[in-house]
Amino acid sequence: MPGNALVIGIGGYARGDDAAGLEVVRLLRGTLPPSIDLAESCGDPMQLVTAWSGAHLAVVIDAVSSGAAPGTLHRGLRPRPWPVWQRSSHALGLGDAIALGQALGRLPEELLVFGIEGGDFGLNAAITPPVRAAIRETAEAVRRTVG
Amino acid sequence: MTHKNIRIGGLSRVEGEGALLVRARDGRITDLRLRIYEPPRFFEAFLRGRAYDEPPDITARICGICPVAYQMSACQAIESALGVAVNGPLRDLRLLLYYGEWIESHALHIFLLHAPDFLGYDSGVAMAADHREPVERGLAVKKAGNELVATLGGRAIHPVNVRVGGFYRVPRRQELAPVAEQLRRARDHALATVAWVAGFDFPDIEHDYRFLALRHPEEYAILSGTPAVSDGSSFPVEAWPEHVVEEQVPDSTALHARLDDAGGYLVGALARYALNSHRLSPLAREAARDAGLGEVCRNPFRSIVVRAVEVVHACDEALRIIDDYVEPDVPAVPVEPTAGVGHGASEAPRGTLYHRYHLDGEGLITEADIVPPTSQNQARMEMDLRELIEPRLNLAQAELAALCERAVRNHDPCISCSAHFLDVHLDAR
Repeated sequence: MPGNALVIGIGGYARGDDAAGLEVVRLLRGTLPPSIDLAESCGDPMQLVTAWSGAHLAVVIDAVSSGAAPGTLHRGLRPRPWPVWQRSSHALGLGDAIALGQALGRLPEELLVFGIEGGDFGLNAAITPPVRAAIRETAEAVRRTVG
Repeated sequence: MTHKNIRIGGLSRVEGEGALLVRARDGRITDLRLRIYEPPRFFEAFLRGRAYDEPPDITARICGICPVAYQMSACQAIESALGVAVNGPLRDLRLLLYYGEWIESHALHIFLLHAPDFLGYDSGVAMAADHREPVERGLAVKKAGNELVATLGGRAIHPVNVRVGGFYRVPRRQELAPVAEQLRRARDHALATVAWVAGFDFPDIEHDYRFLALRHPEEYAILSGTPAVSDGSSFPVEAWPEHVVEEQVPDSTALHARLDDAGGYLVGALARYALNSHRLSPLAREAARDAGLGEVCRNPFRSIVVRAVEVVHACDEALRIIDDYVEPDVPAVPVEPTAGVGHGASEAPRGTLYHRYHLDGEGLITEADIVPPTSQNQARMEMDLRELIEPRLNLAQAELAALCERAVRNHDPCISCSAHFLDVHLDAR
């Protein structure tokens, strides 16, 4: 909703730790004030831009692959040109959405990005234990941020 | 001897990642391979031993862009094995959900992936800054599709509300009213989009395509139908394995499909339009006529116009279903596990998607076969590239490479269906 805060988890369930962002959102369901919207996304830039347009705060959580230890939580990633190491595991993703939002003047007033370092993006892999722990840690961090 | 080397470091704006290699000598292409790194039949293997009611949710994970297509082909294949028919309002709801996915998927391709090719931009983002109005229209169209999928599917990605026999929950009539409002606006935007893309400058290229698409006696076939070929032949979906044979090719983990012993046939928007345009809604037919499409379109660059027409049709038909909607008495018809073999096919946004399941007496899957549209189109995409590039080998390397990328994007290959990461290289010499 325009003016509201929202939390968006990005990911997919076919490739292990790729689902980290979605899992954070699921942990948060029912635990945040009703004024805060929750959304899930596969990283589709058009959906993301529509979802966060007009929000005063959007918190986005996505799995990343930077070479850091699996489960590392990258806090407050800057929504500037998307470095290769922060590349999403999706074909089109958050970097494209941020650029599209900039081009259209459809960015939230504040965009806060959490990246969870994945360890296993294998087909139908299970979420790895360090990422599972990072999901809980991230949910708590997001709760503190928006709650 | 003269050589030409072309290298493309990445095939951008194609869902997933892939590789393209072209070699040319003395003005002739000597080798052309579109490489796709497909996890070899991973999901088919993974499905063995699972229960009959699991494929709709499991296969929906194959593709983030078209999960509903996987759910619909899977459900129909299993229902066929179990001797169950889903008709009436439940079938209408499935069609409605499918239209939502079509709107989403086509909007993404038209506005963010394909249109930049015609307006001289190397990305949808770069184009958006200069063409804000049409991109905003695209966002509105896409949003209507998202809402439809979220309302019927239970959530926007990897919908969870579909099951063998129907749905877990069906919507109340009033729940569909807000979506209908969005769809009405989306339909107007879609009509404007047809006019917008019809005005693009298209390369004057046609291919002698052999088309395959489902055909339905009353509908522009999406949810179900009989496989039909542009040579006039057709066959029941149960005979698919006899007509469509997949084979391994070097340098690709994806399988190439052959139709009746010949490779290089095309599924997708152009095929559907060629075989079924008379079944489009009157409004979509009118839009197609105004766009100058004719009865058959063999220019793959103009597939963007066909997709835009299909969005008009999807909005139009979705609104018709919502207007006529009567809440079903039950969300699903009863199903009992039994031994059998079932075939199912539907028209994913990218083309015909076939599933086959063998079930044992307890309803466990003993064998699964999935033939996605992109692997069917792979051989034909290579033919497109050959026919396009060979007369143009004198072009500058960068220009040629860009043309190759465009030729692949014309068919909206969702390589994510087969592989999540695709790294494309074009090397012609």
